[in-house]
Amino acid sequence: MSKVNSSNMELELYRPNIEDYLPTDSIQEPLGKLKLRDLLDISPTLREAGGAIVDAIERKLSIFFSVYVGRLRVISNLDSEDSFTRCFKSNPPETWNWNVYLFPLWCLGVVVRYGILFPVRALILTSGWIIFLSCYIPVHLLLKGHDKLRKKLERALVELICSFFVASWTGVVKYHGPRPCARPKQVFVANHTSMIDFIILEQTTAFAVIMQKHPGWVGLLQKTILESVGCILFNRSEAKDREIVSRKLREHVEGAENNPLLIFPEGTCVNNNYTVMFKKGAFELGSTVCPIAIKYNKIFVDAFWNSKKQSFTTHLLQLMTSWAVVCDVWYLEPQNMKPGETPIEFAERVREIISARAGIKMVPWDGFLKYSRPSPKHRERKQQAFAESVLRRLEDK
Amino acid sequence: MGNTSSMLTQYDIEEVQEHCNNTFSQQEIVSLYQRFCQLDRNSGGFISADEFLSVPEFAVNPLSQRLFRMVDGLNFKEFVAFLSAFSSRATLQHKVEFIFKVYDFDGNGKVAFSDLLDVLRDLTGQFISEQQRELVLTHVLEEAGYKKDSLLVLSDFMKILGNTGLKMEVEVPVD
Repeated sequence: MSKVNSSNMELELYRPNIEDYLPTDSIQEPLGKLKLRDLLDISPTLREAGGAIVDAIERKLSIFFSVYVGRLRVISNLDSEDSFTRCFKSNPPETWNWNVYLFPLWCLGVVVRYGILFPVRALILTSGWIIFLSCYIPVHLLLKGHDKLRKKLERALVELICSFFVASWTGVVKYHGPRPCARPKQVFVANHTSMIDFIILEQTTAFAVIMQKHPGWVGLLQKTILESVGCILFNRSEAKDREIVSRKLREHVEGAENNPLLIFPEGTCVNNNYTVMFKKGAFELGSTVCPIAIKYNKIFVDAFWNSKKQSFTTHLLQLMTSWAVVCDVWYLEPQNMKPGETPIEFAERVREIISARAGIKMVPWDGFLKYSRPSPKHRERKQQAFAESVLRRLEDK
Repeated sequence: MGNTSSMLTQYDIEEVQEHCNNTFSQQEIVSLYQRFCQLDRNSGGFISADEFLSVPEFAVNPLSQRLFRMVDGLNFKEFVAFLSAFSSRATLQHKVEFIFKVYDFDGNGKVAFSDLLDVLRDLTGQFISEQQRELVLTHVLEEAGYKKDSLLVLSDFMKILGNTGLKMEVEVPVD
């Protein structure tokens, strides 16, 4: 139970400010005196219940952003779905091998994958790590004085180890578009499916990424190697962290020497069929945003990392025993905030560009909801809003 | 779940369609059946209360308790008939009837002050005191020409809600 409570707390701390997402003119709309029909008309509530039962796709604000204010005219046209868990469901592949002639072939495939491919890949990865560490440690320790050279070498080495990682899954990555380069006032955003997104992108360009602190060997890597590339770490469950992080982001973007900053604005891993709402943090830094779209080809392996179900190590092992990781990476045209556009609108616009390019659907869910179930607080919020409107309109004469 | 549409024959679909007065198309009925099977996890042929509660958006809906009572233990045909009020093809009369049924908890065809108060309580929670709620209700009732102890029937509801254009449509996802 305590786990649920702490994640509820996280939700409260990191929930995006709902008012930011509501269209600004809707709340102030004069609604007039309260009449009997306003109280009897429960159709909005019923519609949401009906939509939930039916798992509908509506052209209205999603239930978590709706406010019961009598005749509130909903202006935005986001899609809403009942189970936001759809975004985080790893779609199990349909069993195609239960069949007399396909099953033996599949068994043969398993033998090849686990018996031949996996050892070879493990070997490649191990030798990659040996080479990397034997170059990285000397460079890191000996070249303490020559920062520029050291940074350059470390960058190249990080790219190298990422290439080894990609090779260990037989990664076939097709890059489209211009390669990113390090320039100040530039931020890269991408949709997020798994931590391997970072590795795939890091292969060609040494990005500095902002990531959640992880435990275990990943955490160790974060603190040592990734720190040299300029990664910013945060902890989801710490409230104060948010301000510190946004300050760090700003500083990083201003510096011309820093590696290009990569941000995953969804804030969590989503299965590669949908994008959830982008957090506005990356979009209010006053820099150019360069979108990157990543789409994995599911025929070979489902690259979605369900962090609630498996550890990263298990995920990597799963990848290493699959045939291949095939994906497309598109570096899209840099976008600037248009005059009069709010950061949230900007974020949504970029999300649309990325989703369109990758051919995936957009849903209006907050990624952090993944960490907690809808709580009675949501019901209370709605009740409160309705209650306030009733009282207010009662005053109107 | 598998290919549930193969478990519904043409006759089945037509029967359901007739039962709901053609408010849903055949494709929509197939989708609703898939959804029904998805919700009816233990394949009991009806959706029980906790299976409904497993839909988070339904569980946090202020009117979920009242709707439960109406929808608990329905088989598929009745489930579709229940949902027909949400179809875009539903008549205004049908929608008002549905709303009336939500208010008329004991199903005696009359909505009393206490029923109105109950629904208002569901919608406003602890954010208005009980006295304020009664005051508000009495006030708007009197203003509309009713008394506190009036019993509202369906025709009253039609009169009050009839010309407001109720927006209750839900789109059934059809793939």
